[in-house]
Amino acid sequence: MSAEHITDIESAAQGDTRLAARGVTVGYGGRTVIENLDVTIPPGVITTIIGPNGCGKSTLLRTLTRLLKPAEGAVVLDGEDIAGLRTRDVAKKLGLLPQAPVAPEGLTVADLVAKGRHPHQSWLRQWSSDDAGVVERALAMTGVSDLADRPVDSLSGGQRQRVWISMTLAQGTDLLLLDEPTTYLDLAHAIDVLDLVDDLHESGRTVVMVLHDLNLATRYSDNLIVMRAGSILAQGHPRDVITAELLDEAFGLRATVIDDPVGDRPLIVPIGRTHVRPGQVPVRTSQVRLG
Amino acid sequence: MSGTDVKRSVAPGVRLGQVSFVWRPWLVSVTLLLAAATFLVFCLSIGVGDFPIGLSRVIATILGGGERVDEFVIMDLRMPRALAGLIVGVALGVSGALTQSIARNPLASPDILGVTGGAGAVAVFLVTVSGGTAAAVVSAVGLSAAALAGGLGTGLLVYFLAWRRGIDGFRLILIGISVSAVMEAITTWLLATADIKDVARAQAWLVGSLEGRSWGEVRVALWCTLVLLVVVSCVAFQFKPMHLGDEVAAGLGVRYSMVRAVLLLCAVLLAAVAVSAAGPVPFVALVAPQVAMRLARCPTPPLVASGMVGASLLIGSDLVARTALPITLPVGVVTAAIGGPFLVCLLVRANLR
Repeated sequence: MSAEHITDIESAAQGDTRLAARGVTVGYGGRTVIENLDVTIPPGVITTIIGPNGCGKSTLLRTLTRLLKPAEGAVVLDGEDIAGLRTRDVAKKLGLLPQAPVAPEGLTVADLVAKGRHPHQSWLRQWSSDDAGVVERALAMTGVSDLADRPVDSLSGGQRQRVWISMTLAQGTDLLLLDEPTTYLDLAHAIDVLDLVDDLHESGRTVVMVLHDLNLATRYSDNLIVMRAGSILAQGHPRDVITAELLDEAFGLRATVIDDPVGDRPLIVPIGRTHVRPGQVPVRTSQVRLG
Repeated sequence: MSGTDVKRSVAPGVRLGQVSFVWRPWLVSVTLLLAAATFLVFCLSIGVGDFPIGLSRVIATILGGGERVDEFVIMDLRMPRALAGLIVGVALGVSGALTQSIARNPLASPDILGVTGGAGAVAVFLVTVSGGTAAAVVSAVGLSAAALAGGLGTGLLVYFLAWRRGIDGFRLILIGISVSAVMEAITTWLLATADIKDVARAQAWLVGSLEGRSWGEVRVALWCTLVLLVVVSCVAFQFKPMHLGDEVAAGLGVRYSMVRAVLLLCAVLLAAVAVSAAGPVPFVALVAPQVAMRLARCPTPPLVASGMVGASLLIGSDLVARTALPITLPVGVVTAAIGGPFLVCLLVRANLR
């Protein structure tokens, strides 16, 4: 998908794009975090929002899920302003996993995942055989069927995150927004969760997430949104976007970008003040402020 | 139901026509048993007195088939007291379950949210300050109604002070504790400066008692509680995902601010009705949801079961207060004495497992 197509909001509105922000200005209290921002989420791929702390990446994700209401502009879901839709109808189209959610002590995995069916239920119809089937499939797809009877609080961090993703899956939406799904996870569990996210994408879902780890973001995304100070610095495929210049501009990070020895994406090697052998840093055209 | 291929871990559903719900046999059995226990204690409480009436005769009379003498004693003399116990117990139990769920904290009971303290301060003020206005207020609306207004006012004050782009459990509890402390300070100051006869009256009210309830008072409390319970049961379905936190609930399509505001208002009103009917009976709202949760093995306080535990605890305590000791104690003394150790027992047993 070319960059022109992604940024072209007009064609997106009538094409298959499902989620976009148009001229949104968002803030907390009196403080504006994002000003007049346009973004279109390409369908069927994994989009990851990256950027330095406080750049507004979580704010953007929360705005896209209508957790935050923009002061100006609108978030458009399937051609309609999300602010005008019923909360329940949004929940049938768009699944959301906030950062570090906490389950009540003693709640079992099966009961937590079953909560994902809430948007499809009503006061009278609180549980149906459809619900049971969907929950079964969500548990199986995230590989937590064997844990179904265990309390969520007895699981490891990685398992717990799988369970929460399972709940979001049970919601039955093909748009998934995940706010830092790898927070508090060690690298092995982070990879495990991101592999799961990749499976979800393979099965046709559109995923938007916020990640802190740049190399994980590069490895697992088809579309990166790089933010700085409330605006979008670059957007596109990691191969096109990730350069040493961009990392310096966005994060103030000195780094060298090499080819990932195991993948087809770039790999970021950060350069700190210490532990760098003077002769060992490869000299490349994309490298800046060295020596 | 597709039946066989649904594994046991995913709760099975029950379907009755258009209505379907999750089948939780343990929760249903515990709730039914608690309801039976409540009814039993209720009937026992009616039967015990200077003119003892057997359990079977009490049940027969309640169901409308008793003798005339029994009917007079039961329906006219003893029913208001027992019914007051039932209503106050249910109201406190449900109110406690709601506040603890909303704050996601077992410490959050209506006592802490300022309802009890506010109602107490207003009641003591009206009893001890024998000024013209106070007397006029009492004669116009009654002590109960004035206490209800005091409790409601304080509860709402706490709610608005705790509001900062939403309600946070800890903030709610901290502000509740502070406001309650101020109310208690006012109460203590009023008691310290008041006439000794008024102090005795005020003290009796402050401990909480079911003594001398009239049908009129009970009827008002009954209707208020019923209306509030209907509202709660209508909103309860939307409340279920909120145990997972506001943002998850929002993701699942719940308008959480609205749901929480409605339920917290109901909780404060239920507690205020209870306090106005029986005085600030301590501990029931705190302990009933926790006991119900452990008996029903739920991760969150179950509403109906909490109400049942609250009612059995209150009526049972009143029964003990009247019979077990040579002197008649106010019910509030016994609820604390029974409820406290019972909760400690449950906690210790959970630790031993």
